[in-house]
This record gives sequence, structure tokens and C-alpha cells, in this order.
Amino acid sequence: MIGRALVVASALALVTAPAWLASPYHLHVLIMAGVFAILALSLNLLLGYTGQLSLGHAAFFGIGAYTSALLALKLEWSFWLALPSAAVAAGLAGWAIGRLALKLRGAYFVLVTISFAGVISLVSINWMELTNGPLGLPGVPPPELGPWSLRTKTAYYYLVLAAAALAYLVCHRLVYSRIGRALVALRENEPLAESVGIDGTRYLVLAAVVSAALAGVAGSLYAHYTRFVSPEVFLFTYTVTMVIMVIAGGKGTLVGPVIGALLFTALPEALREAMAWQWQMLAYGVVLVVLVFFLPRGIVPAITARAARAAAASRAMRPGAAPR
Amino acid sequence: MLVVDDLHVSFGGVTALAGVSFVVRPPSITSLIGPNGAGKTTAFNAITGYLRASRGRVTWDGAPLAGRPSDIARRGVVRTFQKTSVFPALSVFENVRTGLHLRGRAGVWSVLAGARRVRAEEARLAETAREILAFVGLDRRRDEIAGELPYGEQRLVELAVALAARPRLLLLDEPAAGMTGAEKERLIGMIRRIRAADVTVLLVEHDMKLVMGVSETVIVLNHGRVIAAGAPASIQAHPDVIRAYLGSSSAPA
Repeated sequence: MIGRALVVASALALVTAPAWLASPYHLHVLIMAGVFAILALSLNLLLGYTGQLSLGHAAFFGIGAYTSALLALKLEWSFWLALPSAAVAAGLAGWAIGRLALKLRGAYFVLVTISFAGVISLVSINWMELTNGPLGLPGVPPPELGPWSLRTKTAYYYLVLAAAALAYLVCHRLVYSRIGRALVALRENEPLAESVGIDGTRYLVLAAVVSAALAGVAGSLYAHYTRFVSPEVFLFTYTVTMVIMVIAGGKGTLVGPVIGALLFTALPEALREAMAWQWQMLAYGVVLVVLVFFLPRGIVPAITARAARAAAASRAMRPGAAPR
Repeated sequence: MLVVDDLHVSFGGVTALAGVSFVVRPPSITSLIGPNGAGKTTAFNAITGYLRASRGRVTWDGAPLAGRPSDIARRGVVRTFQKTSVFPALSVFENVRTGLHLRGRAGVWSVLAGARRVRAEEARLAETAREILAFVGLDRRRDEIAGELPYGEQRLVELAVALAARPRLLLLDEPAAGMTGAEKERLIGMIRRIRAADVTVLLVEHDMKLVMGVSETVIVLNHGRVIAAGAPASIQAHPDVIRAYLGSSSAPA
């Protein structure tokens, strides 16, 4: 199986990356790609599987980052408590937004998520006593594991890799269960889904909670890595980047968003080395347009469709093969 | 027993149901017939929670049938749709597996933990899906994309999805529409076998040969009112029904 060999090779490459990557800078890019992979997986749960577009996903990321940073700075909580708390805080926000907006769905959900991100961003700027406003929160401590501090890039890389693997596992188990089938059913044909007993609002809210909680985990990892959190975490650009990663990689697939995250974290960095900044955004845009034009369903669905066609062709070519 | 009592539904100024009352006794095959616009699909929509009636009530098993369509499905009342309705991008097998939702128990935590009983349940559900596909005769189509099947087979997928939800009352909205003669014969056999498994069937259908051949009771709607109800033979001879719907030849479809 080519597929299995590819998975094993990728896993090996990721696990040994710190050994063969040329510089700490490249490792930094990979760490950020890991954080974005969790974000893309989280957004994909909503956009790819339920078909609902959250354009305020940066809010859940930011809530996770601030929750974790504030607990570590003000209450001196360990990272290992702050991280799940960030997931819970973001998940609660996802629940509230889901309850509010998912009764209406579609465009209303998009609008409510955008507004929510705007409001949360304003709160982070203006609640000086808590968030230190636009100055942000410096000095977020790195995680500690027993006597070791995970302040080196290599150590943090493995932390992010483990978290991304866990996020992938969470999405995988959900998607390939009766819960995942309910989510897809609501995307495909909601009246039919309801007719077989799938409670639309309940399952969409559930997806929003899990999605937001995962984004919160990414926020916490980001905060303890950059060691600084400011209202910039709520920038709309973050949400747009996540959407690009999910759509370009292949929404509604599990590997797609991960590929998208790797590609669209590495691409701007590669462009930065290759050309002046005026050209960087232009080149980024061109790549995006070309991708959407030639692979409208995303990279991963295009590859799997091609592989399926090739397999079917080779079966048909085999002498004595049963006619289909 | 399904009791529909004085059901009123209107869309703006147009009255779709003007006080419809009838009963469906389990187990039976009961048909709801009438000319286009008589209110048959509206009655289905009101019974299954897709439409709120302005007056009247529906009870099933002695308790009011109310709430969202998913709540009503949980009571064992499951319907199909007039316009073919499948999960178009999913395979035939996945369509049926999705329909099995209420037969699964696994919750979020056990799914996330990858519990052994979740895997056992998945295996059991997959086996049930295969049995249902065999029942409707689509086992050889299981891996094909439902939205790409011929129309008649899509109607069978829809029936399989509804059966997966384990109905005790099954409402079929024009199941034979678009089917060939041979497909209709198979459908009649299936409806009889569904009834034999103690499932009550309420049927909306324009094919009078099918309706009169399979039904134990026929209810006739016209202009949002019940104009007749009874055994097929008495309905075929009923003067009001002949005038309003059947015409003199009694086989319009």
C-alpha cells in the first residue's frame, strides 16, 4: 500500500525533524505550522463536516491564548492546568455562540461569529486591568515538565507535535462515529437527517464546542510558545488564514487541513526569503488562485480522486479481471 | 394508533388543511389519496413536525405527537419525502448507516475514548445496514454514490434510510413515483413485508392500482378535507370520490 508507506514516512519525517532541519528558524516555522494545523483541524470540523462557516474562529484561538496566559501569569498556574482550562473556556464560548447562532445557521452563523470575534477583540483592548490592553501580556512562562523547562525549540516542537496528533485523533474518532455521520448528514440534507432522528441544533452545537475547544488548545500552545499575548491574536487575518488552509488542503477530509497548514505556514516564509515584501503577497495570491482554479475541492481530495482513478484503470487493464 | 384530529393548516390566505380528521390503526397499510393540492403532503408535514398546524392535534400511541421532526422520529414515526431525498454525496451504504442514528447509543465521551463497546456497536450497525440493503435489493449498489443512482433506485435508498430509523409508523410520500413497472412490483412486495414486520404504513400515492392493491384502508382528501374513508372496494364505488378524483375510468395513473 502506497498510502500506508506515505503515512509512515511522513510520521518518521515529522518525528525526526529537529535532527535534520537546518536551522532553529525552520523548526520555528514547523512549530507554527503545528499550531495552525490544530486550528485548521478545528475549523474543518465545522466548515468541512457540518458545512457551517465560522468567520470568528480567531476569537476561540484568542480566548484560549488569553485564558492560558492569564492563569499562568496572575494565578501562577502550571501550563498543564492552564492548557485544559483554555480548552474549556474556548469550548464554553463555542457553546454560547452555537446556542445563539446555530438555530438560524448559514449566513446568520457567519455574521454572529464575525461579530463575536469583533466584540472579544474590543474587550481585550479595553479591559486594561485584566488584559493590559494593547500592550498585551509579556512574560508568559514556558511549560515545565518535572525538572525540565520546555523552553527550547526542540522540546516545544515535540509538545506541539503531540498536541496536533491528539487533535487529529479527536477529529478522527468523532468523524468516523455516529456523531460524525450525524454532522455530515446535516451538511448533506438536513430535513432528511431530522427525519431519522438527528437533532440538528444539538449536533451542530456539539461540533461548535469541540471545534472551539481545539482552537483554545492552539491558543494556549501559541501563548506559551511566543510567551506574549496581545489583542493581535484576534486579528481577522488569522481566521482568513485558517479558512485558506482548510479549503486549499481539502475541507471535509482529515489530512487536508494538516497539509494546508503546513503549506500555508511555510509558503509565506519561503517567499520572504525569495523576494521583496511587495511581491510576497502577490505571489501568495497567485498560488492561491491557481490552487482554487485547478483543484477546486482542495489538494487532498484531488490526489485521492486521481489515485482512485489510477487504481480502477490498473484493475481494468489486468488480464482476466472481472468486468465492472 | 395514529389519531389526526381537526387539523388546520393554511399558508397565508390559502387553506391547505381545513379540519382533517382520521385514524390509522396499527398494524395496517392505509393510503391517503386525492387530487393534486388536496393536502396529502401537507398532512404528512404536519404529522411529522415539518409544519406547525394552526389548529387540531395529532396523537400517536395515546400521546401527543409534537416537537421537532427528530423528536417525532424518536417516537417511531418516520417519513419519506415527495421529492427524492437522499444524502447525495454519500455512498448507498453510508446513507443507510446514517439512517441508523437512533439505533446507536455511543456518546461523545465514549467515542473520544475509543471505547471497545463503541467499536462493537459500529460493527453491529454495519451488519444491520447490510441487512436493510439486502431487504430493499440494493446490496450490489452499496458502494455507489447515492446521488448518482437512477431515480427509481434513489427512491429505494430513501426507503432504506427510513427503515434504518426503525419506524413503527412509516409514512411514504409517493414512493412509486418515477419507478418502472417492475420496480413498482418489487415495491409492493416490500411494503407488504414491512407491514408483516408489524410496521404500520401510511401511504400517499397516485398509482391507483398500487393503492387499491395494497391498502387495507383508503382515506380520500379533497380541498383539505376528508371526503371518504374505507376499504378500497367501497372507495372505488364512492360517488363523491369518483367525482372529485377517480373519474369514471378509476385508473388515472
